[in-house]
Amino acid sequence: MEFKFTVENHEKVVKLFDNYPTKKAAVMPVLYIAQEQNGYISGEVIKEVSTILEISEEDVMGVVTFYTMYHQHMPGKYHLQVCTNVSCMLRGAYDIWEAVKTKTGLKNGETSADGLFSLEEVECMGSCGTAPMIAVNEDFHDNLTKETALELIDSLK
Amino acid sequence: MEKIVLPEIENLHKIDVYRANGGYEAIKKALATTPDEIIDTVKKSGLRGRGGAAFSCGLKWSFMPKTTDKPKYLCVNGDESEPGSFKDRQIFEYNPHQCIEGILIASYAIGANSAYVYIRGEYHKWIKLFQKALDDAYDAGLVGEKMKTTFGTKFHVNIYVHKGAGAYICGEESSLMNSIEGKRGYPRVKPPFPAQNGLWGNPTTINNVETLTNVPAIINKGWEWFSKIGAEKHPGTILYGVSGHVNKPGVYELPSGTLLTDIIYNYAGGVPGNKKIKCVIPGGSSMPPLRGDQLEGIAMDADSLKAAGSSIGTAGIMVMDEDTDLVRVLARISKFYYHESCGQCTPCREGTGWMLKILNRMAAGQGQKDDIELLLSVANNIDGNTICALGEAAAWPVKFMVSRFREEFESRMNNSLDHPSLNKVHSMRHSKITVE
Repeated sequence: MEFKFTVENHEKVVKLFDNYPTKKAAVMPVLYIAQEQNGYISGEVIKEVSTILEISEEDVMGVVTFYTMYHQHMPGKYHLQVCTNVSCMLRGAYDIWEAVKTKTGLKNGETSADGLFSLEEVECMGSCGTAPMIAVNEDFHDNLTKETALELIDSLK
Repeated sequence: MEKIVLPEIENLHKIDVYRANGGYEAIKKALATTPDEIIDTVKKSGLRGRGGAAFSCGLKWSFMPKTTDKPKYLCVNGDESEPGSFKDRQIFEYNPHQCIEGILIASYAIGANSAYVYIRGEYHKWIKLFQKALDDAYDAGLVGEKMKTTFGTKFHVNIYVHKGAGAYICGEESSLMNSIEGKRGYPRVKPPFPAQNGLWGNPTTINNVETLTNVPAIINKGWEWFSKIGAEKHPGTILYGVSGHVNKPGVYELPSGTLLTDIIYNYAGGVPGNKKIKCVIPGGSSMPPLRGDQLEGIAMDADSLKAAGSSIGTAGIMVMDEDTDLVRVLARISKFYYHESCGQCTPCREGTGWMLKILNRMAAGQGQKDDIELLLSVANNIDGNTICALGEAAAWPVKFMVSRFREEFESRMNNSLDHPSLNKVHSMRHSKITVE
């Protein structure tokens, strides 16, 4: 499916060019705008971004694949990111991780058939002082226990 | 105790409150002097970088060329991805204007007209909070072209927020610059150093968020005042982030050189269940771990920690009690570096994966006869053989965890398993045999 920025988003993209001396440098923020509009970075998105920024599709693809926060497939409505790094692990993150996997029936990197959830085991999110934590899309949920983590997932409809 | 970076003033994140408490006076004072005088003041204050390397801030600024036709840049490192480190987000949330003022002063000192604040992508909320503060500062005429009229000066600087996208390596300064340039975040070979050849080939200085947030206070109160706080050779306060097995985890701003045991027991409330401490990592996961029985008397500043066989890093203190399975902890740390290795240098790209495989089988009680030696050999072959410090960051925890807690690793070996593990590891990429 062809991808074009909405008029509003296109204005945002053009405005970003003021921030950098080259168009290429805007690739990361532009990809974020595209991802917000399209849900993920498809081949068509890459094509369009490369045209607008006047760089090759390979350059765009290189950026998309290097950074973990650009989705190359459509994530669930709720993208569950469970941190299992040391500070969270010491406070029970692996119990939460196992419970969330069982509850959703998903493995790391999978998306549920109804598109409600996608699951990712993530590296340190910088919430070590309020560990363990799960990020749902952009929101951090801190100081979790196995029980509150499952309640959190129940609350997502 | 006076707090410099995170003073306890309600609503300090609002521009009016910040200004009512003397905010944006330091930049006025700075603009009335010369850039050289500011660099000299910061140098004399003894302010050292808070991002990990603890390098003299004033000295770093003085590396920037004085006469050049090229544009100069400031990068502010708020990538904060080191496991156990969560201090900069407190600044974005509670005191963003002091950080912005620090950026203005630093930009004036080095002659930069553009500053990029690189904030890790996962910090959606804190990016919004910082952007709001920045917008307010622009509206008040304190940043950008308008500062010329506001302050009656020829100098101006624009500040831009650049959102990362989930790559630990972008906290490395040259990788951070590549990321701002719109490339994959590969570290660059040094030299040339950023002060000569940084963003788009131009002179660039990279400072940590916390470092710059100290600068307005130094300008306001003078270098003598700052140099007398905390440890003599590493003065000022430090944001200590305490996590893991403590009753009150969190960020504590205390003078540098505060005793590690004071931080853990007096401020962070001690260990739950009054358990003993088995291990503490004092500066984020890449720094050498300390044994619980060697913590007495260790002061938390760069030189004391070096003498104790570790490093201050980002001052992210991870506490592990006596019941912690350190083999699993180390396996988890190695998983992190395996995931975050950018793949440029072979020793790091391959070695991190090998270390993880060995540690995983050890954690499962299936360690083979020579596995400890093999593990150390892989770590030693990464250490010092890579473009950037991620190699050391991956190798150090392995080397020091194994040497300082060897008995724990030895207990996980199954000596009946005597496979030619060396060959197996080396041939793994082309073999169908799985080691796990």
